[in-house]
Amino acid sequence: MSHRTFIWICLLPLAVVTAAFFLLPMAQLVVVGTSGPRGVSAYLAILTEPRYRATLINTVVLAAATTIATLVIATIAGLFLQRHRFPGRAVLIAMLTFPLAFPGVVVGFLIILLAGRQGLIGAISNTLTGEKIVFAYSIFGLFLGYLYFSIPRVILTIMAAVQKLDVGLEEAARSLGASPWAVQRDVVLPALGPAFVASGAIAFATAMGAFGTAFTLATNIDVLPMLIYTEFTLAANFSISAALSIGLGVIAWAILALARSFSGGTVAAAG
Amino acid sequence: MTAIAGHGASVHIERCGKTFADGTQALAPANLDIISGETLVLLGPSGCGKTTMLRIIAGLEQPDIGGRVLFDDADMTSVPIEQRNVGMVFQSYALFPNMSVADNIGYGLKIRGVDAKARAARIAEMVALTNIGGLEDRRIDQLSGGQRQRVALARAVAIRPRVLLLDEPLTALDASLRDRLRGELNRLLRSLGITAIYVTHDQAEAMELGDRIVVMRKGAIAQIGTPREVYFAPQSRFVAEFVGAANIVEGAVSGGLLLLPGGRLALSAATDVAAAVAMIRPETIRIVGEGDASLTGTIESVSFIGDKQRIVVTGASDKPLAVDAPNTIAVGAGERVGLSVAPEAVRLLPKED
Repeated sequence: MSHRTFIWICLLPLAVVTAAFFLLPMAQLVVVGTSGPRGVSAYLAILTEPRYRATLINTVVLAAATTIATLVIATIAGLFLQRHRFPGRAVLIAMLTFPLAFPGVVVGFLIILLAGRQGLIGAISNTLTGEKIVFAYSIFGLFLGYLYFSIPRVILTIMAAVQKLDVGLEEAARSLGASPWAVQRDVVLPALGPAFVASGAIAFATAMGAFGTAFTLATNIDVLPMLIYTEFTLAANFSISAALSIGLGVIAWAILALARSFSGGTVAAAG
Repeated sequence: MTAIAGHGASVHIERCGKTFADGTQALAPANLDIISGETLVLLGPSGCGKTTMLRIIAGLEQPDIGGRVLFDDADMTSVPIEQRNVGMVFQSYALFPNMSVADNIGYGLKIRGVDAKARAARIAEMVALTNIGGLEDRRIDQLSGGQRQRVALARAVAIRPRVLLLDEPLTALDASLRDRLRGELNRLLRSLGITAIYVTHDQAEAMELGDRIVVMRKGAIAQIGTPREVYFAPQSRFVAEFVGAANIVEGAVSGGLLLLPGGRLALSAATDVAAAVAMIRPETIRIVGEGDASLTGTIESVSFIGDKQRIVVTGASDKPLAVDAPNTIAVGAGERVGLSVAPEAVRLLPKED
C-alpha cells in the first residue's frame, strides 16, 4: 500500500461522516427550500418579504451590537486580567468563563430573573422610583443574554493574544513619547486585530444563530432562528423555513468573510 | 553637519537599587556617573543587574526609595519614560508590525507633533544614516534581522534623544552580521557624539564600543574602567575571567617572586604572602627554551587557530596554563618548554571565596 493510499484510507471515515451528516442534509435542505409554492424565489423571500427582511435586519443589528459590546468589554477586562496579578484573579477568570457551561435557555432564565416582571432590577426600581423597569422580553434583554454568553468566548482569546504581545512594543512606544492612550491606540489595539476578528467572528456567528435564549425571552421580538422555528413548527412551512435557514447561514458567512477581508491588512501585518 | 543628534546629557545614578516585590534584590544600591557624549557599556552575565540598571535609567523601572536618577542636573526619578526623551533599542527590536519602516522611524516625531514635511526630512536623514535606503515602504515582517536592527536604531535616534539606551541590540543576530554591525554601530555612536548606555554580555562588544565599561556581577558593580583598564588591571578574579581569557594561578609570594610548582615568576611589586592569586593573560606568556626561563612545564596540546596557536602547558602551575603563541613557532605535545612572562603581566588579585 502506498503512502498516498494510506492517507486516503485514513480520510475515508471523515469523508463518510461529512457526506452523511453534513452534505446530504444540506443538499436536502436546499432542495426543500425550492419545493414550496414560491419555488426558487423562496430564497429571495428573506430579502423581499417585509416581515422576513425586518427580522433579518433585527438579527444582524443585534448580532453586530453584541459583537461590538463584547469586544469592548472583553478587551478591557482581558488586558487587565492578563497584566495584573491579584488575589482572587483565578476565581474571577473562572467566573467570567462560567457562562460557557450554560445552555441558552438557562441564560434566558437568568435574564428573566434579573430584568423580568418579577426580576431584581424591577424590584429595586419599584422601591426607588415606584416604577417597575422590565426589559427582559425586549431586544435589550436578548442583547444582555447574548452579551453574557459571548464575553467568555471572546475574553479567553483576547487574554491569549495579550499574553503573546511583546511588552517591548509598548515600552518602545513609551520611550518615543507616546502617552498611555497613544500606546493603546497605535500599538496594543492594532496588534490585537487578528484576535478581534477571530473572536468577534465567533461572537457574531453565535449571536446570529442563538436559539435557546431567544426562545426563552423573545415574546416581543423576532430574530431569524425564532422565525425559522415558528415557520417550521407552527406554520409547517417547510420550504420557507429551509430557505430561511440557508439564508441565515449564507448571510452570517458573508458578513464574516467581509470582516476578514477588511482586516486582512492588519492580520498579515501583525503576523 | 548640523547636529544630527541632540545634546547628549550626562547621567548620574545615585544610590539606585532595585528590590522586586518578591524580595529578590536585582540591583544593590549603586552610584554611577556617565559623562555627556560617552558610550558606557554595562557588561556582565545574565542576572547581574545590567538590564535593571538600564531600565531604571530609562524610567521603565523605579529605583528603590532613596535612589535618584539625574540627567545633567535635572532630577528624573519620578519622570515617566515618555517624558524623559530617551531613545531605546531593544533586543527584540520591538518594531511596530502595523507600521511601515518609515512610519516606525517617524513615530516618535509624530507623537511630538512634528509636521509631515519636517518628519519626512528627518526620516530621510535617519534612513541615510543607517543605510536602509529603499526599505522605507516595507513592512517590518519583510525585513531581515540586520535591517530590523538598523530600523530600530534609526527610530531611537530620530527623536534626538538626550540619552540613547541599547539593550543587547546585536544579540539576536548571527555572528558574522553581528561583527559587521558592531563596527557600524561604533562609527555611528562616535559620529553622533550622543550619550549612549549599552548593555551586553559579550565582552568583545563591550571592548569595541565602550569608552568605559562597567562590569557587573550579582546585582553589584564589580569594576568601572576603560576597556584597557578592565582588561589589563582587573580588580577581581571575576573581572579577570569574564573579560577576555585569563589564567588564574595560586602560589606563595616571597621576595618579589611568585612561587609556582614549575618554578617562579618575577612580580613588579609585591609583599610576601603565603597564598596569593594571580592572573596571567595567555598572550603575555612566551614559549622559550627550557633553559632560558625560571618557569618550566610540559606541552599538553597545541591547537592551531589560524592567527595564533593555543598551547596548553601542564606542570608549570597548579592548573594547566593556556598560552597564545605566534602561529610560526613549531612545538609539539610532550615537549618540555620554558615560559617567560614580563613582571607587569603577572597581576595579583585579591583572594575571594
